[in-house]
Amino acid sequence: MKPSRSLIARLLLPLGFAAALHAPHALAAEKTLHAVMSSSLRVLDPIATTAQITRNHGFMIYDTLIAMDEHYQPAPQMADWAISPDGMVYTFTLRDGLMWHDGKPVTATDCVASLQRWARYDVGGQLMMKSVKSLVATDAKTITLTLAKPFGYVLPLLAKPSSVAAFMMPERVANTPMGQMITDYTGSGPFTFVAAEFDPGNRVVYEKFAGYVPRPEPASGTAGGKVVKVDRVEWINMPDRMTAINALASGDIDFIEQLPMDLLPMVQADGTLTSGVLSDLGNMTGGRMNFLYPPFNNPDIRRAALLALNQQDVLQALVGNPEYYRLCASVFGCGTPLESQTGGENLVKGDHSAEARALLSKAGYDGTPVVILQATDVPSQAPQPVVAAAALRKVGFTVDLQPMDWQTLVTRRANQGEPTKGGWNLFFTYWNVQTIWNPVVNPMLDGGGQKGAWFGWPTDAHMDALRNEFVQASGDAAQKAVAEKIQQYAMQQVSYIPLGQYHDVSAWNSHVSHLLKGPSTVFWNVQKDD
Amino acid sequence: MFAYFVRRVLAAIPVMLVVALFVFLLLRLSPGDPAAIIGGDMASPEQLAAIRQNLGLDRPLHVQFFVWLWQLLHGDFSTSLMAHTGVLSMIGQRLEPTLSLALVATALTVLVAVPLGVLAAWRRGSWLDHTVMSVSVLGFSVPVFVIGYGLTTLFALQLHWLPVQGFKSIFDGVGPFAYRIALPALTLASAHIALVARMTRASLLDVLGEDYIRTARAKGLGELAVLFRHALRNAWVPILTVIGSGFALMISGVVVTESVFNIPGLGRLIVDAVLARDYPVIQGMILLTSGVYVLINLLIDMSYAISDPRIRY
Repeated sequence: MKPSRSLIARLLLPLGFAAALHAPHALAAEKTLHAVMSSSLRVLDPIATTAQITRNHGFMIYDTLIAMDEHYQPAPQMADWAISPDGMVYTFTLRDGLMWHDGKPVTATDCVASLQRWARYDVGGQLMMKSVKSLVATDAKTITLTLAKPFGYVLPLLAKPSSVAAFMMPERVANTPMGQMITDYTGSGPFTFVAAEFDPGNRVVYEKFAGYVPRPEPASGTAGGKVVKVDRVEWINMPDRMTAINALASGDIDFIEQLPMDLLPMVQADGTLTSGVLSDLGNMTGGRMNFLYPPFNNPDIRRAALLALNQQDVLQALVGNPEYYRLCASVFGCGTPLESQTGGENLVKGDHSAEARALLSKAGYDGTPVVILQATDVPSQAPQPVVAAAALRKVGFTVDLQPMDWQTLVTRRANQGEPTKGGWNLFFTYWNVQTIWNPVVNPMLDGGGQKGAWFGWPTDAHMDALRNEFVQASGDAAQKAVAEKIQQYAMQQVSYIPLGQYHDVSAWNSHVSHLLKGPSTVFWNVQKDD
Repeated sequence: MFAYFVRRVLAAIPVMLVVALFVFLLLRLSPGDPAAIIGGDMASPEQLAAIRQNLGLDRPLHVQFFVWLWQLLHGDFSTSLMAHTGVLSMIGQRLEPTLSLALVATALTVLVAVPLGVLAAWRRGSWLDHTVMSVSVLGFSVPVFVIGYGLTTLFALQLHWLPVQGFKSIFDGVGPFAYRIALPALTLASAHIALVARMTRASLLDVLGEDYIRTARAKGLGELAVLFRHALRNAWVPILTVIGSGFALMISGVVVTESVFNIPGLGRLIVDAVLARDYPVIQGMILLTSGVYVLINLLIDMSYAISDPRIRY
């Protein structure tokens, strides 16, 4: 059968005139910002997961009672607050004009239900609720939190921008049971979620919420006025970063949240593109040991491993460009209010392998293999195990480096069995600095053992006592003093091995401006010129 | 023919059941925990247990399998653990881009490869033959992503004729559709063009030596008529097989092209699902792919009878 001429013409003519069709885009009345985020949005419930992308989604459509400004200080957002003279009663008053995306007013009852749900999931929230006597809506606009015992960290917890931020939801949504994801995405934030256009793994669409009333102050961190200057924001998932850069250069997209370091020179060489760091604090990478089994159930051997490692080597392998990393031995990250490098000097200065070798011998290390898990499919986690394995072998450890995909690692690290029977001794990961920046939220400082602590499961009553001392300390100076003790003790115990801090680099088109620096990538304030 | 069709469709049912069981067991025995993805890095064991319970992942394996099978028998491919959307609806959403890409790439393959193969066979040993064969070796030796990036650099970034990425449905207009699909389809077709051109040449060479070709020429038929009406028609069966299986391969192996050109198709859906251990989506996709293979093989077998009257079922 011969193909008809008209068919051929219909197929080829459009191709032939493709260039003509690609006339400059007609100026649309609607301004849409196209962004390629660091990963695909899989889970839409920002309370039930600690995934960073879901947190970013949370900031698009939800609001928080109070927020954290660019100096990491709590600031009013949906509510202002007052504290009783004895520090035991916190009263939050909702500001005027707050409205859910369905047009109903935000009430204190909604906020109480939201805080209760948040506190069931968040590590800090759980800790806070142990000190709370009552949390009630005293009238339509007032929320009263009464403490049973001193807890000096209420405001920073409610304001924190990361895992898990205390997003407010309508009461009917906040009543979703534990373990169940929300399915109603009604928020009161500056954007609405367009469920009809959500294509999981491909595209997430947000529209400006016309009913949002921003605060009058200028935007600062997640605090201040969330003034939206575009009509729509579309998150496009592009698994291939090379394609994303080409799309940025050709104007198909406007913003890439996270550039791979090896592609950065391409962006820098293009005069129409801008690259930069939007998060001042960035990420901390580090290693976590299994406290249950030899050899790392011995603090001296853990210390020997700490002495063997060197941040410069790890960061060179991981990031390469010194402009985007910093040596930092603080368990709370550097640039944070609680930064202290006490006890971790060896990680950032000099070669301590001789000292490590001596300590290992003194500790009676018997050659038990150290099983290191390596996630080979995650570029931000693949190099650390290789560098660490070489450093540990150099000082006398026997190392069994086991490559696997991240999903396998996630399952494997939850295994409390012996390292030779499906367990492990050491794995590496990274954390957004806001998720480790104080003893309340930092999961590695939880000494709750096999039932309560994070993977590695240290049982450490002294650490837990120090954390309690921290939350009861009143005032910045007192908290800083306790944090210093925790830093020192964490390095002695090697609660985890901080291996340095690094930044993600973003890129955007020349017609995009006023991007906000802060802990989360946010799209209020951002301007897109024609 | 109809009875044959019915027999083949019935024979596919146990095949699909075995595939379903195999896929289910393979996924459940592989390491990975969807609850850990949902809960995130800092989720407590208590939260993970609650998520598992909510998703039914704490139930015994055989119970999970029969629940899924029961849903399948009712035409329900279950729901994505991550997106909370029906698997069938997710597949439906992604089917059009992949199908469009595979169909356009197959059309390109046939339009380019068959004439090239015929020419190479007709002028066997000439510079034309050598050129076609050398280019075809290059076509299936160079990785798809290299071809994709090369075409993008030339046609999108240098000449600005075509876009870097993206997909437009044909329902948005033939022009925008063709504009977006041209580069990915050419990329995807490159290896298949090479393969089909070589197959056409080899198959045609086999029949060009036959007596009936000599007879056709002796009757005074023109070369074009000899080649296309007599030789190609008799050489068509193996070529059709390669084109057909190539189409099935395109559906199941399109992921690289989809990633390079950011096309939201089935390939990317399954990769995302595997990375997230989204069991229902993976199971649904593999079942669908198996079904496509069974169907395409059936269609190829039936098309033999149409293209070659000697074949009867």
